[in-house]
Amino acid sequence: MKKFIKDLSFRFNITEIEYQRKNLAFVSVDKESVMQMLSYLRDTEGFSHFVLMTAVDWIEDGIFQLTYILNNPTKKIDLAIRIKILRENAEMYSAHHLWNQVATYQRELKEMFGINFPGSPRVNESFLLEGWDNIPPMRRDFDTKKYSEETYFPRPGRGTNDPAQHMKIKLYPNE
Amino acid sequence: MNKHWLNIGYDRSKYPETGVDGNLVIDKTAHKLVKLWQGPNHPGVTGNMSIELTISGDEIVEAKTHVGYLHRGFEKLFERRKYIQVFPTCIRLCVAEPDYNEYNLAASVEELSGIEVPEVAQWLRTLVLEMARLQSLLRVVPGQGGTTGLGIGVQWGVYLRDLILDRFEELTGGRVYHMYIIPGGVRGLLPEGFKKRLKSTLKEIDEFIVNIDNLMFSNAVFKKRTIGVGYIDPTWVDSYGIVGPNARAAGFKRDVRKDYPYLKYNELEFDPQTATESDIYTRSRIRWHDLKMTVDLIQQILDKMPDDGIIRAQTPNVLHWKIPKGETYVRSESSRGEYGFYVVADGTEYPRRINLRGPSYTHAVSLLEHMLIGANIADVASIMVSLQTCPPEIER
Repeated sequence: MKKFIKDLSFRFNITEIEYQRKNLAFVSVDKESVMQMLSYLRDTEGFSHFVLMTAVDWIEDGIFQLTYILNNPTKKIDLAIRIKILRENAEMYSAHHLWNQVATYQRELKEMFGINFPGSPRVNESFLLEGWDNIPPMRRDFDTKKYSEETYFPRPGRGTNDPAQHMKIKLYPNE
Repeated sequence: MNKHWLNIGYDRSKYPETGVDGNLVIDKTAHKLVKLWQGPNHPGVTGNMSIELTISGDEIVEAKTHVGYLHRGFEKLFERRKYIQVFPTCIRLCVAEPDYNEYNLAASVEELSGIEVPEVAQWLRTLVLEMARLQSLLRVVPGQGGTTGLGIGVQWGVYLRDLILDRFEELTGGRVYHMYIIPGGVRGLLPEGFKKRLKSTLKEIDEFIVNIDNLMFSNAVFKKRTIGVGYIDPTWVDSYGIVGPNARAAGFKRDVRKDYPYLKYNELEFDPQTATESDIYTRSRIRWHDLKMTVDLIQQILDKMPDDGIIRAQTPNVLHWKIPKGETYVRSESSRGEYGFYVVADGTEYPRRINLRGPSYTHAVSLLEHMLIGANIADVASIMVSLQTCPPEIER
């Protein structure tokens, strides 16, 4: 694994390497070289199984981290590729031409994080949410509590208690 | 004849016509297409999702999967909960096999914080995961027969599954959702006499699944409706991310338990079946063999596992447990195939991101949409069930 990553770092500009397990490594690359790297890994290095693709919101740094996890079924190793893109007007190159299921992941990321993938099939169609007019819900700045308070009516007779205080009063009323 | 957008006035029985090359001539622009929705109520045993079919005659020319009927925003809810509080939520990600969620999350947390799980706990986890596989397969294997009208098999399956749920109730206190696997180990040892009772349950199931075999795989109607139908080309396995029994039926020997052994699987003897026909019948047959194999595996586990020992490693107070910053991807083999959790920890008590990789995400959306083109309306339910789709894991 280490030798393979070393060889890979000669070809691509890998900025960060983390070995999580002996068969799983995380590498960070820049946005421009990721598509080349995915094609190279799929066609030359045997990483034919696309495991998943997702985004992580690092709101404090103003970036989205996109993670692509690829698997080599012959050598039985996993490689996770991380890239960082700006949170504002987030946009990424589409990888739908490499694996057929990628378009679905990109459609979901567009809806849930607001990351655009120009050229990806049906990317603007809603995936889970119909008629959503708020900010993309998986972003960290989307407040679920505020949204549910504004959207749903409170049921009469229903209240909320602080669990610690409530149980203290209930169990030890004399203290 | 006046053209009408609803096709009123056309003799539909004559459409589509046969062309000079013997194939049907389908003119997508002739306004002779009909939209038909399959779902979102359960068609067979696949959960709430719907497929928007565009049909010509009874042939499908376009299919689009629509999900969102079960969306509860789990991945968002995880971010607001401490790791231990995620457990009761994450098991609801898949009703059919909740235990794989528990295991994947517990294993990720242990890997990120460097905790070693005791030997007995590993055996107990293996046992629970195999019991979960057994009860899931008891739903889906006869469920395949149900899509072609063999309803009795489904009822047998429900009965046999109930026997396993009784054992789950005895071991964990819950029938469907167990929360038995927790970070560091498991919640308890086997109750007294549990092994004996589980063995007698396995004996009953083992004797009964022969009936399922006779009912389904020798049945003329079942064979006619499933052999050669719903073909998955081997080249699609990588290009569509097909895993588990669906990949094995297409000739790819892929099983996480063999390829990336976790828990105690490298101490057990088993050989996942493969085939090359890759149709509904073969996938169903592969799952039936998995059922037999799982019964055998549970028996092996019961014979090999120690009776007593430490079941949980020392962990910090779970409510104030700060997981070190890091990322990992942990996978296990569910009855549907590779099931994984991608966990990102930011050094606090709350997870930054937990993302589920469920087999249905690829099977039920991109693959199903592709497979249904050219299929018959009557086969849609069979094809869906043969992929063993579970919509909650698409719309976490």
